[in-house]
Amino acid sequence: MPDTTQFGIASAVLIGLGIYGLIVSPQPLRKLLALNVIGTGAFLLFGIVARRGAAAGFGADPVPQALVITGIVVAFAATALAAALLLRLARVAGTTALDREAGAEGSSGGADETGIR
Amino acid sequence: MNTLVTLASAGAIAAGLVFFVAGSAGLLRFPDTLTRLHALTKADNVGLGLIVLGLLPQVDGVLTGLKLIAIWALVLFGSAAVSQLIARASYRDRERR
Amino acid sequence: MNPAAFDLGIALLVVAIAAFVIFTRDAYAAVVAFVAYGLLVSLRWVMLHAVDVAMTEAAIGSGLTGVLLLGTAARLRDECADGPPARTGTGLRVVAGIVALTVTGLLVAAVVGFGETAPTLAPQAAAALPATGLGNPVTAVLIAYRATDTLLEKVVLVLALLGIWSLAADGAWGGRPGRKQRADPDGGLAYFARRLVPVGVLVGLYVFWVGANHPGGAFQGATILAAMWLLAMMAGLADVPSIREVRVRAVLVAGAAVFLAVGLALLGFGDGFLAYPPAFAKALIVGIEVAMTATVAVTLVLLIAGTPERKA
Repeated sequence: MPDTTQFGIASAVLIGLGIYGLIVSPQPLRKLLALNVIGTGAFLLFGIVARRGAAAGFGADPVPQALVITGIVVAFAATALAAALLLRLARVAGTTALDREAGAEGSSGGADETGIR
Repeated sequence: MNTLVTLASAGAIAAGLVFFVAGSAGLLRFPDTLTRLHALTKADNVGLGLIVLGLLPQVDGVLTGLKLIAIWALVLFGSAAVSQLIARASYRDRERR
Repeated sequence: MNPAAFDLGIALLVVAIAAFVIFTRDAYAAVVAFVAYGLLVSLRWVMLHAVDVAMTEAAIGSGLTGVLLLGTAARLRDECADGPPARTGTGLRVVAGIVALTVTGLLVAAVVGFGETAPTLAPQAAAALPATGLGNPVTAVLIAYRATDTLLEKVVLVLALLGIWSLAADGAWGGRPGRKQRADPDGGLAYFARRLVPVGVLVGLYVFWVGANHPGGAFQGATILAAMWLLAMMAGLADVPSIREVRVRAVLVAGAAVFLAVGLALLGFGDGFLAYPPAFAKALIVGIEVAMTATVAVTLVLLIAGTPERKA
């Protein structure tokens, strides 16, 4: 049985770092990055399950690997949608700050007045 | 014969590592973008080339060896183009200031 | 087996770069560090003996996500005149730290508590492999054993694209995504694109084709093809297609459509939905993969191109 405990601990730390970044980061783009860090950490945990299932001449169980490939593609699609939403918010509101007071202090750019209709 | 080949491989890879360390040191210590690019190209071109050279005797087939050389050629090409673009952008930035 | 010191070293490096991504002040630096992080994670995948996943992570997880986020960071810097962001309060930091530590602790406990024997589907996958005519078990899982998952994933990709397109302002509804790229046609970038794109297309097609028997496959090949189209667009050699174009829309649904058509045909004339008969399995699988590669490539390009901003 390949020893994957160290891998698992590293992946758990990655997920923890991502969660901290998701909650604490003031800018939505940084939150998006933190979300991606959580994603890659979670996929690595899948990979550990796959590695532990090494049998029948394969280095790793192929089923979790396929699930992770699907997951990576879908995570990218979700990130793309989030980035598009961010850009639209910047266009409309001139700022991406989620906290209204912090945004109002420094913003003056982006004047697309049509709004989201 | 085999030991000699393995020694040669190890030597080439070690030499490549030296260039990578030098490139990273340059990236961290040089004062501005253009000099840092200069340091990075040494790591990319010579360092990677030496590592590929060291790995070539270890592969199990001509096709894999050709793929390694193709990787090196693509990295060379890519890093050359990107270095030129970054340098031009940095130069224009400096001109503006 | 990898020596333990190498394992530990790479693990520490990955955690260090992730910490840099989370804690650094500059958004650009964080995105660039994320690309490096993605490449190291790809290395971790190779160390886990999952080479197909390593290729997908390097291509999509690190490369395309990096392109997307770097472009977004640049546009946000142009369009927002935000001052430095408000500092998060200490209270929130403490709470976040506690939540993060709790989750990490639970996961570590789960990992350490893994038993000696692990459940695995590898023997069943290996046993059914000859019936599909493929040599790469991961491709077999994607297209044959868990084919419905992949079919639905295509639909999810199109839905994400529809979500992005629906954000267009009224004037640009149904138009072209992104701004017109103006690159010097005699410059370095155009030269680079002209030389690299043919080579890249060849590599992409090779990676897709070889995925039947060796690590590779439709997603990895499609990502390389998408990257080449993006490079051509950035160099000004090609423009983003207008989303009204019938050809674009046809290719976008081709993947799911071909998959569904084959499945329904097999339901009607064969053993069941997507139950490939062993005689034609390889041919059907390759046909589905060709449609899938084209669809995924165009979808990835349009996902990065973003919301329509110009009239068609």
